[in-house]
Amino acid sequence: MEQDINIKITDREGVIHKIQAPTDMAMNLMEIVRSYELAPEGTIGVCGGMAMCASCQCYVLSETDLPEMQDDEEAMLSEAFHVKGNSRLGCQIQMNPEMEGLEVELAPES
Amino acid sequence: MIETDILIIGAGPTGLFTVFEAGLLKLKCHLIDALPQAGGQCSEIYPKKPIYDIPGFPEILAGDLTTNLLEQCKQFEPGFTLGERAETIEKQEDDTFIVTTNKGTKHHAPVVAIAGGLGSFEPRKPLIHNISDFEDVGVEYIIKDPEVYRDKRVVIAGGGDSALDWSIFLSNVASEVTLIHRRNEFRGHLDSVEKVQELKNEGKINLITPAEIIGLVGDDKLDAVVIKQAQHIEKEFEIECDHFIPLFGLSPKLGPIANWGLEIEKNAIVVNNALDYQTNVPGIFAIGDVNTYPGKLKLILCGFHEATLMCQAAYKIINPGKRFVMKYTTVSGIDGFDGTRKEAPKAVVKKIE
Repeated sequence: MEQDINIKITDREGVIHKIQAPTDMAMNLMEIVRSYELAPEGTIGVCGGMAMCASCQCYVLSETDLPEMQDDEEAMLSEAFHVKGNSRLGCQIQMNPEMEGLEVELAPES
Repeated sequence: MIETDILIIGAGPTGLFTVFEAGLLKLKCHLIDALPQAGGQCSEIYPKKPIYDIPGFPEILAGDLTTNLLEQCKQFEPGFTLGERAETIEKQEDDTFIVTTNKGTKHHAPVVAIAGGLGSFEPRKPLIHNISDFEDVGVEYIIKDPEVYRDKRVVIAGGGDSALDWSIFLSNVASEVTLIHRRNEFRGHLDSVEKVQELKNEGKINLITPAEIIGLVGDDKLDAVVIKQAQHIEKEFEIECDHFIPLFGLSPKLGPIANWGLEIEKNAIVVNNALDYQTNVPGIFAIGDVNTYPGKLKLILCGFHEATLMCQAAYKIINPGKRFVMKYTTVSGIDGFDGTRKEAPKAVVKKIE
Protein backbone atom coordinates (compact mmCIF):
# COMPACT_ATOMS: atom_id res chain seq x y z
CA MET A 1 0.00 0.00 0.00
CA GLU A 2 1.49 3.31 -0.96
CA GLN A 3 -0.02 5.08 2.07
CA ASP A 4 1.79 2.70 4.39
CA ILE A 5 5.00 3.71 6.12
CA ASN A 6 7.68 1.51 7.62
CA ILE A 7 8.28 1.87 11.32
CA LYS A 8 10.15 -0.08 14.00
CA ILE A 9 8.60 -0.80 17.38
CA THR A 10 10.51 -2.45 20.22
CA ASP A 11 8.02 -4.24 22.49
CA ARG A 12 8.23 -4.54 26.28
CA GLU A 13 10.22 -7.77 25.96
CA GLY A 14 12.83 -6.04 23.83
CA VAL A 15 11.76 -7.67 20.56
CA ILE A 16 12.03 -5.36 17.54
CA HIS A 17 9.08 -5.44 15.12
CA LYS A 18 9.39 -3.96 11.64
CA ILE A 19 5.85 -3.13 10.60
CA GLN A 20 3.83 -1.25 8.03
CA ALA A 21 1.60 1.43 9.43
CA PRO A 22 -1.30 2.84 7.43
CA THR A 23 -1.43 6.62 7.32
CA ASP A 24 -4.89 6.95 5.79
CA MET A 25 -6.97 5.36 8.55
CA ALA A 26 -6.65 8.09 11.20
CA MET A 27 -4.63 5.71 13.35
CA ASN A 28 -2.27 6.76 16.06
CA LEU A 29 0.83 4.92 17.27
CA MET A 30 -1.02 3.33 20.21
CA GLU A 31 -3.60 1.92 17.82
CA ILE A 32 -0.89 0.61 15.51
CA VAL A 33 0.62 -1.27 18.47
CA ARG A 34 -2.79 -2.69 19.34
CA SER A 35 -3.61 -3.66 15.78
CA TYR A 36 -0.38 -5.67 15.58
CA GLU A 37 -0.95 -6.97 19.15
CA LEU A 38 2.56 -5.97 20.22
CA ALA A 39 1.37 -5.54 23.82
CA PRO A 40 -1.36 -7.56 25.55
CA GLU A 41 -4.88 -6.11 25.44
CA GLY A 42 -5.66 -4.30 28.67
CA THR A 43 -2.07 -3.14 29.09
CA ILE A 44 -2.08 -0.47 26.40
CA GLY A 45 -4.58 2.17 25.39
CA VAL A 46 -6.49 1.70 28.63
CA CYS A 47 -8.19 5.12 28.52
CA GLY A 48 -8.96 4.69 24.83
CA GLY A 49 -6.58 7.39 23.62
CA MET A 50 -7.50 10.42 25.70
CA ALA A 51 -3.97 11.03 27.09
CA MET A 52 -5.34 10.07 30.48
CA CYS A 53 -3.53 6.88 31.48
CA ALA A 54 0.01 6.78 30.01
CA SER A 55 -0.32 3.06 29.25
CA CYS A 56 0.88 3.80 25.69
CA GLN A 57 4.01 5.65 26.78
CA CYS A 58 6.93 5.04 24.44
CA TYR A 59 10.47 6.29 23.94
CA VAL A 60 11.21 7.84 20.57
CA LEU A 61 14.53 6.46 19.31
CA SER A 62 14.70 8.08 15.85
CA GLU A 63 15.09 11.73 14.89
CA THR A 64 11.68 11.70 13.22
CA ASP A 65 9.72 14.96 13.18
CA LEU A 66 6.71 14.43 15.45
CA PRO A 67 3.73 16.63 16.25
CA GLU A 68 4.44 18.99 19.11
CA MET A 69 3.33 17.90 22.56
CA GLN A 70 0.02 19.35 23.69
CA ASP A 71 -0.78 20.37 27.27
CA ASP A 72 -2.69 17.24 28.24
CA GLU A 73 0.05 14.92 26.98
CA GLU A 74 2.68 16.93 28.84
CA ALA A 75 0.57 16.90 32.00
CA MET A 76 0.00 13.15 31.81
CA LEU A 77 3.69 12.45 31.26
CA SER A 78 4.52 14.59 34.26
CA GLU A 79 2.53 12.17 36.42
CA ALA A 80 3.55 8.95 34.71
CA PHE A 81 6.33 6.60 35.77
CA HIS A 82 9.47 5.54 33.82
CA VAL A 83 9.43 8.91 32.01
CA LYS A 84 12.53 9.92 30.05
CA GLY A 85 13.42 12.91 27.94
CA ASN A 86 12.25 11.13 24.79
CA SER A 87 8.95 9.90 26.23
CA ARG A 88 5.74 10.41 24.26
CA LEU A 89 2.22 9.04 24.48
CA GLY A 90 1.57 6.83 21.46
CA CYS A 91 -2.09 7.86 21.38
CA GLN A 92 -1.10 11.45 20.65
CA ILE A 93 1.03 10.57 17.61
CA GLN A 94 -1.14 10.38 14.49
CA MET A 95 0.58 8.38 11.77
CA ASN A 96 1.44 10.42 8.70
CA PRO A 97 3.67 9.82 5.65
CA GLU A 98 6.45 12.05 7.04
CA MET A 99 7.00 9.51 9.83
CA GLU A 100 8.58 6.93 7.53
CA GLY A 101 11.42 5.31 9.47
CA LEU A 102 10.06 6.12 12.93
CA GLU A 103 11.59 3.99 15.68
CA VAL A 104 10.08 3.72 19.14
CA GLU A 105 10.33 1.52 22.19
CA LEU A 106 7.35 0.79 24.43
CA ALA A 107 7.83 1.93 28.04
CA PRO A 108 7.33 -0.69 30.77
CA GLU A 109 3.83 -1.41 31.94
CA SER A 110 2.84 0.47 35.08
CA MET B 1 -25.66 -12.26 53.39
CA ILE B 2 -27.04 -10.17 50.52
CA GLU B 3 -29.54 -12.18 48.45
CA THR B 4 -30.37 -11.30 44.86
CA ASP B 5 -31.29 -12.85 41.50
CA ILE B 6 -28.43 -11.52 39.37
CA LEU B 7 -25.24 -10.45 41.07
CA ILE B 8 -23.46 -7.97 38.80
CA ILE B 9 -19.73 -7.41 39.22
CA GLY B 10 -19.06 -3.89 37.98
CA ALA B 11 -21.36 -0.86 38.07
CA GLY B 12 -20.36 0.68 34.74
CA PRO B 13 -22.80 1.34 31.91
CA THR B 14 -23.18 -2.34 31.00
CA GLY B 15 -23.84 -3.36 34.61
CA LEU B 16 -26.35 -0.57 35.14
CA PHE B 17 -28.29 -1.39 31.97
CA THR B 18 -28.43 -5.03 33.07
CA VAL B 19 -30.52 -3.87 36.05
CA PHE B 20 -33.08 -2.44 33.66
CA GLU B 21 -33.28 -5.45 31.36
CA ALA B 22 -33.41 -7.84 34.33
CA GLY B 23 -36.14 -5.74 35.91
CA LEU B 24 -38.34 -6.18 32.83
CA LEU B 25 -38.13 -9.91 33.55
CA LYS B 26 -38.88 -9.33 37.25
CA LEU B 27 -35.34 -10.27 38.27
CA LYS B 28 -33.65 -8.30 41.04
CA CYS B 29 -30.03 -7.16 40.76
CA HIS B 30 -27.25 -6.23 43.13
CA LEU B 31 -24.01 -4.60 41.96
CA ILE B 32 -20.49 -4.74 43.42
CA ASP B 33 -17.88 -2.17 42.39
CA ALA B 34 -14.39 -1.43 43.66
CA LEU B 35 -14.93 2.28 43.07
CA PRO B 36 -16.91 4.31 45.59
CA GLN B 37 -19.41 5.48 42.94
CA ALA B 38 -21.37 3.92 40.06
CA GLY B 39 -20.46 4.54 36.42
CA GLY B 40 -17.15 2.71 36.05
CA GLN B 41 -14.72 4.31 33.62
CA CYS B 42 -17.42 6.81 32.60
CA SER B 43 -17.30 8.28 36.11
CA GLU B 44 -13.69 7.58 37.03
CA ILE B 45 -11.72 8.37 33.89
CA TYR B 46 -13.74 10.63 31.64
CA PRO B 47 -16.98 12.00 33.20
CA LYS B 48 -16.67 15.32 31.35
CA LYS B 49 -15.86 13.82 27.95
CA PRO B 50 -18.50 13.45 25.25
CA ILE B 51 -19.52 10.10 23.71
CA TYR B 52 -20.90 10.21 20.16
CA ASP B 53 -21.90 6.59 19.51
CA ILE B 54 -24.67 5.91 21.99
CA PRO B 55 -27.66 5.22 19.71
CA GLY B 56 -30.19 8.01 19.97
CA PHE B 57 -27.78 10.42 21.62
CA PRO B 58 -25.85 12.48 19.05
CA GLU B 59 -23.65 13.60 21.93
CA ILE B 60 -23.72 12.77 25.64
CA LEU B 61 -21.20 13.35 28.41
CA ALA B 62 -20.02 10.12 30.04
CA GLY B 63 -21.09 11.43 33.44
CA ASP B 64 -24.58 12.22 32.12
CA LEU B 65 -24.85 8.74 30.61
CA THR B 66 -24.23 7.29 34.08
CA THR B 67 -26.85 9.61 35.61
CA ASN B 68 -29.37 8.58 32.94
CA LEU B 69 -28.70 4.86 33.36
CA LEU B 70 -29.19 5.16 37.14
CA GLU B 71 -32.46 7.02 36.51
CA GLN B 72 -33.57 4.44 33.94
CA CYS B 73 -33.06 1.51 36.32
CA LYS B 74 -34.02 3.06 39.64
CA GLN B 75 -37.58 1.62 39.75
CA PHE B 76 -36.00 -1.83 39.80
CA GLU B 77 -34.29 -0.91 43.07
CA PRO B 78 -30.77 -2.25 42.51
CA GLY B 79 -28.62 -2.86 45.58
CA PHE B 80 -25.02 -1.62 45.64
CA THR B 81 -21.86 -2.75 47.40
CA LEU B 82 -19.49 0.09 46.46
CA GLY B 83 -15.84 0.60 47.35
CA GLU B 84 -15.35 -3.16 47.67
CA ARG B 85 -13.69 -5.54 45.24
CA ALA B 86 -15.21 -8.93 44.45
CA GLU B 87 -12.56 -11.32 45.68
CA THR B 88 -13.76 -14.93 45.71
CA ILE B 89 -16.58 -16.97 44.24
CA GLU B 90 -17.81 -20.28 45.63
CA LYS B 91 -20.25 -22.50 43.77
CA GLN B 92 -22.80 -24.06 46.13
CA GLU B 93 -24.30 -27.55 45.91
CA ASP B 94 -27.49 -26.12 44.44
CA ASP B 95 -25.46 -24.43 41.66
CA THR B 96 -25.89 -20.95 43.17
CA PHE B 97 -22.91 -18.75 43.98
CA ILE B 98 -21.52 -16.89 46.97
CA VAL B 99 -19.29 -13.96 46.10
CA THR B 100 -17.24 -12.38 48.89
CA THR B 101 -15.58 -8.96 48.67
CA ASN B 102 -12.20 -7.90 50.04
CA LYS B 103 -14.07 -6.47 53.03
CA GLY B 104 -15.85 -9.73 53.71
CA THR B 105 -19.32 -8.77 52.43
CA LYS B 106 -21.08 -11.89 51.17
CA HIS B 107 -23.52 -12.01 48.26
CA HIS B 108 -25.65 -14.99 47.27
CA ALA B 109 -27.22 -15.36 43.80
CA PRO B 110 -28.16 -18.05 41.26
CA VAL B 111 -26.61 -16.01 38.43
CA VAL B 112 -23.43 -13.94 38.36
CA ALA B 113 -22.86 -11.40 35.58
CA ILE B 114 -19.32 -10.07 35.35
CA ALA B 115 -19.49 -6.60 33.81
CA GLY B 116 -16.08 -5.64 35.09
CA GLY B 117 -14.76 -3.61 32.15
CA LEU B 118 -10.98 -3.61 32.22
CA GLY B 119 -10.99 -4.82 35.82
CA SER B 120 -10.98 -3.12 39.17
CA PHE B 121 -9.14 0.15 39.53
CA GLU B 122 -6.00 -0.12 41.62
CA PRO B 123 -3.85 2.82 42.69
CA ARG B 124 -0.68 3.34 40.67
CA LYS B 125 2.29 3.08 42.98
CA PRO B 126 5.33 5.32 42.48
CA LEU B 127 8.67 3.66 41.86
CA ILE B 128 10.33 4.22 45.21
CA HIS B 129 12.48 1.24 46.14
CA ASN B 130 11.38 0.85 49.76
CA ILE B 131 7.77 2.04 49.45
CA SER B 132 6.24 -1.35 50.21
CA ASP B 133 7.99 -1.36 53.61
CA PHE B 134 5.85 1.57 54.68
CA GLU B 135 2.45 0.60 53.28
CA ASP B 136 -0.12 1.10 56.05
CA VAL B 137 2.57 2.41 58.44
CA GLY B 138 2.70 5.86 56.91
CA VAL B 139 2.08 5.33 53.20
CA GLU B 140 -1.50 5.22 51.92
CA TYR B 141 -2.52 5.25 48.24
CA ILE B 142 -6.19 5.91 48.93
CA ILE B 143 -7.66 8.19 51.56
CA LYS B 144 -10.39 6.26 53.31
CA ASP B 145 -10.82 8.17 56.55
CA PRO B 146 -9.50 11.77 56.58
CA GLU B 147 -9.61 11.79 60.41
CA VAL B 148 -6.53 9.57 60.40
CA TYR B 149 -4.60 12.68 59.37
CA ARG B 150 -5.88 15.01 62.10
CA ASP B 151 -2.98 17.02 63.54
CA LYS B 152 -0.47 14.94 61.57
CA ARG B 153 2.20 16.05 59.10
CA VAL B 154 1.15 14.93 55.64
CA VAL B 155 3.03 14.85 52.33
CA ILE B 156 0.94 14.44 49.17
CA ALA B 157 2.44 13.75 45.74
CA GLY B 158 0.68 14.12 42.40
CA GLY B 159 -0.50 16.72 39.94
CA GLY B 160 -4.13 15.87 39.25
CA ASP B 161 -7.47 16.61 40.80
CA SER B 162 -7.23 14.14 43.64
CA ALA B 163 -3.85 15.51 44.76
CA LEU B 164 -5.21 19.07 44.62
CA ASP B 165 -8.55 18.30 46.26
CA TRP B 166 -7.07 16.28 49.12
CA SER B 167 -4.41 18.92 49.74
CA ILE B 168 -7.16 21.50 50.07
CA PHE B 169 -9.27 19.29 52.31
CA LEU B 170 -6.45 18.13 54.55
CA SER B 171 -5.11 21.67 55.00
CA ASN B 172 -7.96 22.05 57.50
CA VAL B 173 -7.35 18.71 59.19
CA ALA B 174 -3.64 17.99 59.24
CA SER B 175 -1.12 20.06 61.16
CA GLU B 176 1.03 20.40 58.03
CA VAL B 177 0.34 19.68 54.35
CA THR B 178 3.12 19.50 51.76
CA LEU B 179 2.19 19.04 48.10
CA ILE B 180 4.88 17.80 45.77
CA HIS B 181 4.62 17.63 41.98
CA ARG B 182 7.07 17.04 39.19
CA ARG B 183 6.02 20.20 37.36
CA ASN B 184 4.91 23.70 38.26
CA GLU B 185 1.68 23.20 36.31
CA PHE B 186 -1.15 21.14 37.70
CA ARG B 187 -3.79 19.27 35.76
CA GLY B 188 -7.04 19.88 37.54
CA HIS B 189 -10.14 22.02 37.72
CA LEU B 190 -9.20 25.67 37.58
CA ASP B 191 -10.90 26.48 40.90
CA SER B 192 -8.93 23.71 42.65
CA VAL B 193 -5.67 25.08 41.27
CA GLU B 194 -6.64 28.60 42.36
CA LYS B 195 -7.63 27.40 45.81
CA VAL B 196 -4.27 25.68 46.29
CA GLN B 197 -2.54 28.90 45.17
CA GLU B 198 -4.55 30.79 47.80
CA LEU B 199 -3.72 28.29 50.55
CA LYS B 200 -0.07 28.38 49.54
CA ASN B 201 -0.05 32.18 49.82
CA GLU B 202 -1.66 31.89 53.28
CA GLY B 203 1.03 29.44 54.29
CA LYS B 204 -1.45 26.59 54.80
CA ILE B 205 0.00 24.40 52.07
CA ASN B 206 3.69 23.94 51.57
CA LEU B 207 4.15 23.58 47.80
CA ILE B 208 7.33 22.03 46.41
CA THR B 209 7.71 21.97 42.61
CA PRO B 210 9.21 20.78 40.36
CA ALA B 211 10.20 17.94 42.60
CA GLU B 212 9.67 14.30 43.34
CA ILE B 213 9.98 11.88 46.21
CA ILE B 214 12.93 9.58 45.71
CA GLY B 215 13.15 7.82 49.05
CA LEU B 216 11.41 7.11 52.34
CA VAL B 217 13.04 7.19 55.76
CA GLY B 218 12.00 5.41 58.95
CA ASP B 219 12.43 2.26 60.99
CA ASP B 220 9.10 0.57 61.66
CA LYS B 221 7.08 3.57 60.54
CA LEU B 222 7.53 6.52 58.19
CA ASP B 223 9.55 9.41 59.64
CA ALA B 224 10.49 11.46 56.58
CA VAL B 225 10.51 11.58 52.79
CA VAL B 226 13.51 12.36 50.63
CA ILE B 227 12.77 15.00 48.02
CA LYS B 228 14.69 15.83 44.89
CA GLN B 229 13.94 19.32 43.66
CA ALA B 230 15.12 20.58 40.29
CA GLN B 231 14.37 24.30 40.67
CA HIS B 232 17.40 26.40 39.56
CA ILE B 233 19.95 23.97 40.99
CA GLU B 234 19.23 20.36 41.74
CA LYS B 235 19.10 19.55 45.44
CA GLU B 236 18.01 16.76 47.71
CA PHE B 237 16.55 17.17 51.17
CA GLU B 238 14.34 15.46 53.70
CA ILE B 239 10.99 16.55 55.08
CA GLU B 240 9.78 15.01 58.33
CA CYS B 241 6.25 13.67 58.13
CA ASP B 242 3.84 11.11 59.56
CA HIS B 243 2.08 10.23 56.31
CA PHE B 244 2.95 10.11 52.62
CA ILE B 245 0.03 9.89 50.22
CA PRO B 246 1.03 9.31 46.56
CA LEU B 247 -1.96 10.12 44.31
CA PHE B 248 -0.94 9.10 40.79
CA GLY B 249 -4.29 7.89 39.55
CA LEU B 250 -5.75 4.44 39.16
CA SER B 251 -5.09 1.74 36.64
CA PRO B 252 -7.45 -1.15 35.96
CA LYS B 253 -6.35 -4.70 36.65
CA LEU B 254 -8.39 -7.83 35.99
CA GLY B 255 -7.48 -8.81 39.55
CA PRO B 256 -9.03 -11.68 41.51
CA ILE B 257 -11.56 -12.48 38.74
CA ALA B 258 -8.63 -13.96 36.83
CA ASN B 259 -8.52 -16.75 39.45
CA TRP B 260 -12.19 -17.72 39.28
CA GLY B 261 -11.57 -20.67 37.00
CA LEU B 262 -12.84 -18.84 33.94
CA GLU B 263 -11.26 -19.17 30.53
CA ILE B 264 -9.16 -16.04 29.98
CA GLU B 265 -7.74 -14.80 26.69
CA LYS B 266 -6.06 -11.43 26.09
CA ASN B 267 -6.92 -10.20 29.61
CA ALA B 268 -10.61 -10.84 28.95
CA ILE B 269 -13.10 -13.61 29.74
CA VAL B 270 -14.02 -15.95 26.90
CA VAL B 271 -17.80 -16.26 26.40
CA ASN B 272 -20.25 -17.93 24.07
CA ASN B 273 -21.31 -15.08 21.84
CA ALA B 274 -23.50 -17.26 19.64
CA LEU B 275 -25.99 -17.66 22.47
CA ASP B 276 -25.94 -15.85 25.79
CA TYR B 277 -22.44 -14.63 26.78
CA GLN B 278 -22.06 -17.42 29.32
CA THR B 279 -18.53 -18.32 30.43
CA ASN B 280 -17.13 -21.83 30.72
CA VAL B 281 -18.77 -21.99 34.18
CA PRO B 282 -22.57 -22.36 33.82
CA GLY B 283 -24.36 -19.58 35.68
CA ILE B 284 -21.47 -17.13 35.32
CA PHE B 285 -21.79 -14.68 32.44
CA ALA B 286 -19.40 -11.98 31.25
CA ILE B 287 -20.69 -8.91 29.43
CA GLY B 288 -19.26 -5.64 28.16
CA ASP B 289 -15.57 -4.80 27.85
CA VAL B 290 -14.53 -7.67 30.16
CA ASN B 291 -15.44 -10.43 27.70
CA THR B 292 -13.98 -11.58 24.44
CA TYR B 293 -15.18 -13.56 21.44
CA PRO B 294 -14.40 -13.52 17.72
CA GLY B 295 -15.12 -10.04 16.42
CA LYS B 296 -15.53 -8.49 19.88
CA LEU B 297 -15.72 -4.70 20.01
CA LYS B 298 -15.29 -2.88 23.30
CA LEU B 299 -18.14 -0.44 22.87
CA ILE B 300 -20.77 0.62 25.38
CA LEU B 301 -23.50 -0.11 22.84
CA CYS B 302 -22.26 -3.70 22.45
CA GLY B 303 -22.35 -4.07 26.24
CA PHE B 304 -26.01 -3.06 26.23
CA HIS B 305 -26.85 -5.73 23.67
CA GLU B 306 -24.90 -8.40 25.53
CA ALA B 307 -26.63 -7.48 28.82
CA THR B 308 -30.05 -7.84 27.20
CA LEU B 309 -29.41 -11.32 25.82
CA MET B 310 -27.70 -12.42 29.03
CA CYS B 311 -30.81 -11.51 31.07
CA GLN B 312 -32.94 -13.83 28.95
CA ALA B 313 -30.58 -16.69 29.76
CA ALA B 314 -30.56 -15.72 33.44
CA TYR B 315 -34.36 -15.89 33.48
CA LYS B 316 -34.25 -19.47 32.24
CA ILE B 317 -31.76 -20.47 34.94
CA ILE B 318 -33.77 -18.80 37.70
CA ASN B 319 -37.21 -19.92 36.42
CA PRO B 320 -36.56 -23.31 34.79
CA GLY B 321 -39.29 -24.37 32.38
CA LYS B 322 -41.37 -21.24 32.94
CA ARG B 323 -42.88 -19.69 29.80
CA PHE B 324 -42.33 -16.09 28.88
CA VAL B 325 -42.00 -13.88 25.84
CA MET B 326 -39.99 -10.76 25.36
CA LYS B 327 -42.20 -7.69 25.80
CA TYR B 328 -41.97 -4.28 24.16
CA THR B 329 -41.87 -1.56 26.82
CA THR B 330 -44.01 0.67 24.60
CA VAL B 331 -46.76 -1.96 24.65
CA SER B 332 -46.48 -3.29 28.20
CA GLY B 333 -45.15 -0.32 30.10
CA ILE B 334 -42.80 -0.83 33.04
CA ASP B 335 -43.85 -2.02 36.48
CA GLY B 336 -41.20 -1.05 39.00
CA PHE B 337 -40.39 -3.07 42.10
CA ASP B 338 -41.14 0.14 44.00
CA GLY B 339 -44.80 0.04 42.93
CA THR B 340 -44.46 2.67 40.20
CA ARG B 341 -45.79 2.13 36.71
CA LYS B 342 -44.71 3.81 33.50
CA GLU B 343 -46.86 3.36 30.42
CA ALA B 344 -47.64 4.95 27.10
CA PRO B 345 -50.53 7.42 27.36
CA LYS B 346 -53.79 5.99 25.99
CA ALA B 347 -54.85 7.38 22.65
CA VAL B 348 -58.01 9.42 22.92
CA VAL B 349 -60.85 8.34 20.64
CA LYS B 350 -63.07 11.20 19.74
CA LYS B 351 -65.59 11.49 17.01
CA ILE B 352 -65.00 14.17 14.39
CA GLU B 353 -68.27 15.99 13.73
